[in-house]
Amino acid sequence: MLRTQPRLESSKLMSWMSPVIAIVLTMLVSSVMFLSLDINPATAFRVFILDPLSDSYNLGELMVKTTPLLLCATGLALCYKANIWNIGAEGQLLVGALVGSYFALQAGDDSGYGWLAITLIAGAIAGMLWAAIPTLLHQLFHTNLILTTIMLNYIGLYLLLWGVHGPLVDPDGFGFPESAIFADSVLLPTIMEDGRASISIILAVIFAIGSGIILYRTLPGFQLRVFGSDQPAARYAGYSSKFIIWSVMLSAGALAGFAGVAEVTGPIGQLIPQISPGYGYAAIIVAYLGRLNPFGIIFAAFFMGTLYMGSDLAQIELGMPTAITGLFQGILLFFLLACDFLINYKIIWKPTTRVAQSSKPTATETKQGTA
Amino acid sequence: MDMELFQQILVAAIKTGTPLLLVALGELICEKSGVLNLGQEGMMLMGAMAGFAGAYFSGSLALGLLLAIIAGMTMAAIFGLLSLNLNTNQVATGLALTIFGAGLSAFLGVNLVGSTVVGFKAIAIPLLSDIPFIGPLFFNHDILVYGSFALVGICWWVVNKTRAGLTLRAVGENPYSANALGIKVIKVRYIAVLVGGAFAGLAGAYMSLSYTPMWMENMTAGRGWIALSLVVFASWRVGYLMVGAYLFGVASILHLVMQGIGFTISPNLLAMLPYVATIVVMVIISSNPLRQKLAAPMSLAKPFDSRIH
Repeated sequence: MLRTQPRLESSKLMSWMSPVIAIVLTMLVSSVMFLSLDINPATAFRVFILDPLSDSYNLGELMVKTTPLLLCATGLALCYKANIWNIGAEGQLLVGALVGSYFALQAGDDSGYGWLAITLIAGAIAGMLWAAIPTLLHQLFHTNLILTTIMLNYIGLYLLLWGVHGPLVDPDGFGFPESAIFADSVLLPTIMEDGRASISIILAVIFAIGSGIILYRTLPGFQLRVFGSDQPAARYAGYSSKFIIWSVMLSAGALAGFAGVAEVTGPIGQLIPQISPGYGYAAIIVAYLGRLNPFGIIFAAFFMGTLYMGSDLAQIELGMPTAITGLFQGILLFFLLACDFLINYKIIWKPTTRVAQSSKPTATETKQGTA
Repeated sequence: MDMELFQQILVAAIKTGTPLLLVALGELICEKSGVLNLGQEGMMLMGAMAGFAGAYFSGSLALGLLLAIIAGMTMAAIFGLLSLNLNTNQVATGLALTIFGAGLSAFLGVNLVGSTVVGFKAIAIPLLSDIPFIGPLFFNHDILVYGSFALVGICWWVVNKTRAGLTLRAVGENPYSANALGIKVIKVRYIAVLVGGAFAGLAGAYMSLSYTPMWMENMTAGRGWIALSLVVFASWRVGYLMVGAYLFGVASILHLVMQGIGFTISPNLLAMLPYVATIVVMVIISSNPLRQKLAAPMSLAKPFDSRIH
């Protein structure tokens, strides 16, 4: 019989292996799904995982998809490390895009990079302020952060829709809900000849590495980690919970807001209603897949970006609905959480006969039966 | 305001509040057992999709309803497996359930977008529906609304007046004491989680078979989340839940009312109202943290493993 037993110490090995196992299990389940749809799993995996990496155009698009995921997930990881449940990256991203677009639309062709910088900063600050709302409510009224950040995601979405249908709509756009195309001066420089990937991917990686260094090499980072794993201990040590909560929430908001403005001034080049295919929610999975470690998150974001890219390709090549991305994300997150069981528990083999024969089972064995 | 408009608003509020009430009732039972399932939105979406698909392909609304309940419970079982057997973090697992449910329902329902079924029709209860004002308000609805009235009563009775309810609350307050008394904590929690799933599935079916008889990706639009705040609003009491759900119903249709009066505000800004209202209500009820702390089941969101104390 297979039995589970709590480990005395959580397993370091398993904490790194569990995302790998989760990815393998997700692939197994998807194989079954592909077979049921009469699609050869080998073909499907080629389209989903290899094709996004196949040529420079696809690689560029992969970076386009990875950038917002990496930015949002880095911010969320800081929050989750501190045990602060911020689910609001999606709304912060949308508001960042909206406010950034307002600034971008004020630019002319000769505005210069100064105005681009202002636009980017405005987007980041907008995301930060959007994150400040639930933080303030949490501090003042003890509202549940999960629920307020989610409500603000919906409010942010409708705010964006209002902007793109109303004040920011292109007057020459025949009533289509989109803004005018931004002036070249406020577009982020691209990093490749063909393709839309902009320097924002480089910035995103720098921000992630920076966060990693802060988290693991500085005193505030240490305080944040202590606060997250053992709040009473952090209080006892005199760490200010106010400071920690505000700093992680505002950082996360700024990063998500930047992700939004980098989308509209980067690959999209104007404000449209479909800024995000749920990047802010997928970033939650990316943060977990990367073990809440900014260095791991860089890989996780590229993996999730591949999934988004792959599902675009699968739609074209295999006629699969794009909804499959969300499905994969859900399955992956389930397996990630399930595999974390292995960090704190070990699975042991125990012959059933011995347990059944022993007249007086030990205390641990009796209790195992109830689990 | 004239009486007729007022009455119409209240009727609409009940219709709009019904899915919130159903899903929140399920979550309340679940939370009473100490389990916080944030996957309501995902379970509701699966219920809505399965209910619509069932009714569309079989032509039977009853079969659709049954499928919706099964879909909700299946989703809840996945949550139970992870959070109860594998002791995963309940918050993260609930989020996963929502992401999974949104993805799976969109994937499976992709060919149903644009299809139509004839949804549940209102049945006027003879005599009672003739009572002025009250009649049209409470006795001229479809069967799901009547069902929700009944479920409120049943849930209140079970939670507060039966041995099963006592067991449920004991597990939610202190699972280790309950375990010591011989109560099978995991079993009780599984039942509570599954009941929550069934209610969420039903709420989803109400959305896709009664409220707007159709299927659309993410059509529940955050109602699962609003229902979660509703449980806090009701301080885990069934009676308050009903009041709260209809109040939220009013908040959700406020934009219709305002348009009726002649306000010309962008529909997108008006659509924010229920979410803003949720935040406002949360602020009001959370400002006294002690009260909330006393009302919430003590072991809410804490995993239980009899081997580690």
